[in-house]
Amino acid sequence: MTAMYRALRPIIVKEFRQIRRDPTSLGMLLVLPAAMIILVGYALDFDVKHTPLAIYDQDRTVESRAYLEKFIQSEYFDYRYDTHTYAEIEDHFLHGRAKIAVVIPVSFTRELIAGREAHVQILVDGSDANTAGQALGTAVGLTANYSSRLVAEAFARRGRGGYAPIDFQPRIWYNPDLISSKFLIPGLIGFIIVLTAVVSTSLTVVREKERGTMEQLMVSPLRPVQIIIGKTVPYLVISLVAATAILILGYLLFDVQIRGSLLLLYAAIGTIIVGALGQGLLISTITDSQQVAFMISVLSSLLPSFLLSGFIFPVANMPVVLQVLSNLAVNKFFLVVVRGVMLKGVGFEAVWPQFLYMAVFAAATLGISVVRMQKRSA
Amino acid sequence: MTGGARMVLHIVRKEFYQIRRDKRMLVVSIMAPVLQVLLLGYAATTDIRNSTLVVCDMDRTAESRAFVRRFTTTPYFIGKYAVDVPGEADDYVEKAKANIALVIPAGFGRKELAHKTAQVEVILDGTDANTASVLLSYATQIVASHGQSVLAGVKTVMRGGERIPRVVPEPRIWFNPDLLSSNFMVPGVVALVLMIITMTLTSLGIVKEKEIGTLEQLMVTPIKPYQLILGKLLPFTLIGFVDVAIVLAVARFWFEVPLVGSLPLLFGLSGLFILTTLGLGLFISTIAKSQQQAMLIAQFFFFMPFMFLSGFSFPIANMPQVIQVVTYIIPLRYFLEIVRGIFLKGAGLAELWPQAMALLGLGLFIFSLAVSRFRKTLA
Repeated sequence: MTAMYRALRPIIVKEFRQIRRDPTSLGMLLVLPAAMIILVGYALDFDVKHTPLAIYDQDRTVESRAYLEKFIQSEYFDYRYDTHTYAEIEDHFLHGRAKIAVVIPVSFTRELIAGREAHVQILVDGSDANTAGQALGTAVGLTANYSSRLVAEAFARRGRGGYAPIDFQPRIWYNPDLISSKFLIPGLIGFIIVLTAVVSTSLTVVREKERGTMEQLMVSPLRPVQIIIGKTVPYLVISLVAATAILILGYLLFDVQIRGSLLLLYAAIGTIIVGALGQGLLISTITDSQQVAFMISVLSSLLPSFLLSGFIFPVANMPVVLQVLSNLAVNKFFLVVVRGVMLKGVGFEAVWPQFLYMAVFAAATLGISVVRMQKRSA
Repeated sequence: MTGGARMVLHIVRKEFYQIRRDKRMLVVSIMAPVLQVLLLGYAATTDIRNSTLVVCDMDRTAESRAFVRRFTTTPYFIGKYAVDVPGEADDYVEKAKANIALVIPAGFGRKELAHKTAQVEVILDGTDANTASVLLSYATQIVASHGQSVLAGVKTVMRGGERIPRVVPEPRIWFNPDLLSSNFMVPGVVALVLMIITMTLTSLGIVKEKEIGTLEQLMVTPIKPYQLILGKLLPFTLIGFVDVAIVLAVARFWFEVPLVGSLPLLFGLSGLFILTTLGLGLFISTIAKSQQQAMLIAQFFFFMPFMFLSGFSFPIANMPQVIQVVTYIIPLRYFLEIVRGIFLKGAGLAELWPQAMALLGLGLFIFSLAVSRFRKTLA
């Protein structure tokens, strides 16, 4: 053990010194998580609010105004334009100044007073499918709400109390207020780890190759395994610090609590860091230039962990081929564990398959890297 | 041909030699965009369809079954499981075997016929806030429209036959009637990929010469800084345009995103966008001392914030006011509006000139800043 430590010490010290001499990169590795969490926590909200709204009221009566007031008061819409033709609406849509428009026909009040159906048009700019779908849903909901009130009034006129046919009770588990940051911040940990660990490791090794200093390390009495451990330990430490920073900031700023076991959480964080370091090493054994190493890192770590892991887009919605492919993103399994432990408070028995996968991934990438490096040195 | 232009051509030729010698680099800069578009096009979907529904119908009447059918006949829900006890339904949601559970207590049908309020419960896993809120909004709409039709039925039994007024919404969806998220995301990917490739190539290409020390060698030659910059950037511009063509082809023919507007306009405005990305690449190369640094800077200070703040996947209108102001200095924001406008709405220069002017202004500003910094590093 002491012999091992003595052999490793110089290279770890060397690597730390190199990182320290490059304070810009170190600063970035540590400032980044803080910047990302603020960005994700404050700027990103799935809930579609403040959709810019245009109104075309052909009726212009107290009744039509009362109906439109529902939209104007709602935080889901920002009332921007009062238009007088369809062409005006189209123009606002084309310029992207309005995304939804409500058109009230001339006959609106007349129909309502006669006790008939009044039809209102809800025009939506469908180009952003997600926003459009949600805004449309809200508009239909507001209309139904308004309509129910009319019905209740009609009942009241007949001397009967109005009633709601259905008492609808949604129960939402784990995140009852549906706060996006509770979903995104646990995912952010995995994303940042994969980003820093894979990219930094692959680039630091390839840089030594580019400069020829790798050869020098190879001819030293150090064994490849020792070189690998020595070179990766500093990044393991940095990643752990970054993950801890996110946990603390997430709790302080956004009240994202850890319901489950902290030990289990750190076991998962440790496992994925080792896997990510392994992936970075593996990339460095395939390529000789930092440019290529970076491109491969981006393709194999950044994109999959952003897109395929379920960090933002649910895996279940993807085509089957991509669902199969998503298994290559180790982050996908990490996300299940982290969200389970942090939001649901599950124990090891619920997430052991994901743990197993992460462990296998780490062992495989590290193992192949060591073998490939040994071949080079032979 | 003047001497200046010839000098530029020499550097362009040198760059092409270098690119050709690094085959892997070339492959990556052509293949990466295609892969990225395919991946993003399929993965970045916000469509929520065919969610699995578990039904616990303890009423088992014609009325309750009609109510359940309102869910299962939409494209949003598939009634996959039926259970007898509410606890079992909970279990399906907890184990993530179903996305949503619908619980109808006994007496539902009786209350509906007696014009009394009937209870209905849905259970959702809120961990994925987005999916849960979309499903909840679908469910709320279905329940609301069921309520409306129940009330419409009630009027017939009311004595005196008074009619009941209602407001009926008629949705019309323009530009993307099926609300396919790929029609929105894929044009966005075109912009994103173009930015990543051109910025990466430029900054790395210059920093590499710094690292190897060949930039010093170029400086002692009679080549002027502007010739050097032009010579280094022209090949990357060319690669940028080739990437635009490839990525557009994938978007148009593989994903079948309708291209309503003008293709030449799209290429022309892409040129303006590339001006900003090359400028940013050059700017990064003046700050970074190593390729590793250049990549970290590009990734964390440009790609990430741009991706999140440009409106690529999160609507800008949703962001806090302070952050909305920040989005105005992000070139990708304007280019996204341009690409999506031309693709889906057939917008022309008449609609898009503000975005084009913004890109031009930002491009000139970034570029002159980068060039003056670059001259200083050379001096």
